[in-house]
Amino acid sequence: MPLFEAFRLALQTLRAQKLKSTFAFIGVFIGVMFLIAAWSIVNGMNVYMTEKFAGTIIGVNTFHLRRRPDFTPNVSDSLWRAWARRPRITFTDAREVAQGISTPVITAWESSATRDIEGRTKVVRDAQITGATERYFEIKNLRIAQGRAFTAQEVRSGAPVVVIGYDVVDRLFPDRDPIDKTVRIGGRPYRVIGVTERQGKLFGFSLDRFAVAPALSPIQNLVNPPGIVDALIVKAPSLPAMREAMAEAEGVMRSRRHLRPRQDNNFVLETAEGVLEFWAGIQRFLFIVGPGIVLISLVVGGIVIMNIMLMSVAERTREIGLRKSLGARRMDILRQFLAESAAIAAAGGGFGVLAGVGLTVLLSAAPPLPAALSPLSIVLGLTLGTVVGVVAGVYPASRAARLDPITALRQE
Amino acid sequence: MTPQPQEFRTGDTPLPDIVILTHKLTRTYDMGAEQVHALRGVSVQIRRNEYVAIMGPSGSGKSTLMNLIGCLDTPSEGEYWLNGQQVSQLGDDALARIRNKEIGFVFQTFNLLPRATALHNVELPLIYAGLPAKARRAQAADALDRVGLADRMTHRPNELSGGQRQRVAIARALVNDPSILLADEPTGNLDSATSSEIMGLFADLHDQGQTVLMVTHEQDIAAHAARVVTLLDGLVATDQRRAA
Repeated sequence: MPLFEAFRLALQTLRAQKLKSTFAFIGVFIGVMFLIAAWSIVNGMNVYMTEKFAGTIIGVNTFHLRRRPDFTPNVSDSLWRAWARRPRITFTDAREVAQGISTPVITAWESSATRDIEGRTKVVRDAQITGATERYFEIKNLRIAQGRAFTAQEVRSGAPVVVIGYDVVDRLFPDRDPIDKTVRIGGRPYRVIGVTERQGKLFGFSLDRFAVAPALSPIQNLVNPPGIVDALIVKAPSLPAMREAMAEAEGVMRSRRHLRPRQDNNFVLETAEGVLEFWAGIQRFLFIVGPGIVLISLVVGGIVIMNIMLMSVAERTREIGLRKSLGARRMDILRQFLAESAAIAAAGGGFGVLAGVGLTVLLSAAPPLPAALSPLSIVLGLTLGTVVGVVAGVYPASRAARLDPITALRQE
Repeated sequence: MTPQPQEFRTGDTPLPDIVILTHKLTRTYDMGAEQVHALRGVSVQIRRNEYVAIMGPSGSGKSTLMNLIGCLDTPSEGEYWLNGQQVSQLGDDALARIRNKEIGFVFQTFNLLPRATALHNVELPLIYAGLPAKARRAQAADALDRVGLADRMTHRPNELSGGQRQRVAIARALVNDPSILLADEPTGNLDSATSSEIMGLFADLHDQGQTVLMVTHEQDIAAHAARVVTLLDGLVATDQRRAA
């Protein structure tokens, strides 16, 4: 019997036994659906992490000089306490380091806290308040949509001006021009001089809920003790330039802190690599757990198919006997049942792909989880599903093929 | 009156018009410790276009002989020649091939596929013969026409009467133009009117040149055959020919 006859026969049988076939393919269905959905999520997160998250939080070819890392997943209490004992980065540290780097770089100070931003009647609660220097916007890729950024002159003089994000505009100045209006932060008035372009969301959190004022404006009393900055941000034009600048910054800081050669740094130079490394760790975990779950559901699916096929062989013993008496060889019977279980599993895989794609579309439409479909996962899902069907079918089919026609025909 | 076939000896080749020749055929089953001798040396020769009935009480070995002749089983000892070819030593797949080409089975319980149409049921042997779909359908339709069911091709077995079902089964047996039609109690599940209808069909097929071998335990059914072989305790007890 040619292979396509076997498949036609298999499809006829499946159509005739819809309910049973549905139960049979459910395991493979779930496995493949999960495979595609999980793959899409990891894939989407990856795009997010490398392009958006790392770029937004730290920036490309950029490092932060800090007392301790800003991005700190899973830190032990003792390490945290050790970090808390470190001296903080002072204005003088920041100035000296910036001057000590001979590589052409741009630098900015950054100190942040969470405070309310008050308008005339409305309030933006718990917004991010940042004191920064003038190159901050350039380094952070914050383009000004309206008005202007503050100048070096305003930073030096500590002018009470502020650049705000779009969420603040939407809340405090709906349908009104925010420029030259006044907002109050920590009880003091600031004149709005600029609005940045809309940044969007990251993991469901808005990136537009902030205000940036000159580092030496009154905001400095809200974000840090006097004379202290959270970070000196250094952006280099290229990766080698960044490495060089980092080495220079490290040298300046070590000599300022009088560290002996054997002593560890009591500050940190943080890059986007740390964030990406953390993500790589999560990814490694997902790449172990994800396939594990897929594997388990596919094995369960295979066992279910095997059972259903064994049942089917038992039920159709007489049919098998008849087919053999009419001239079916072992190979013909084997093929018939293999085609049937492969068809069940392929159907499960096919519907699983559809459901997985549907799930991905839903996920990517609804934040916070990003998802991006990978064509490879579809191919893999279908292949795996069918392979499971063939493997699960081997035992039942070979049992059917080995049946003795006389006993099979006599079966009631 | 046809002359008796000459005595067959091991090493001989059967005469060309002998379709079935068994020589000292034995079949022993191992039932754990003891051995059951179902056949103990059966020698039978059947010519082309003979109509033979095999009779015998249950346990006489007629089913075993039927299975051996139908190539569903292989003998423990002895020779079996089918159409000039010794088949007693053939392997599984070769036997399947012979069942497909040379033998047309008719069962007591019809053994039709319940979900398939009459036409598809008749097509089955041709699928295993590897015929293309078009030729299969034409040949199956021909066979159904021969048994008088040209107008029932698209019906499923549960839409057919018992007699019609057995006709479908007979069409299926005929579709490969087999050397021998092998019927095992073909009227066992039919009422007497339908039985005689089916026996009439067998008589017609025999008249058209078909060799028919039928196992039955009913005297009046066996009476349709021109020759009756009776088995007893795994041996041929009588072998009677009737003048046509």
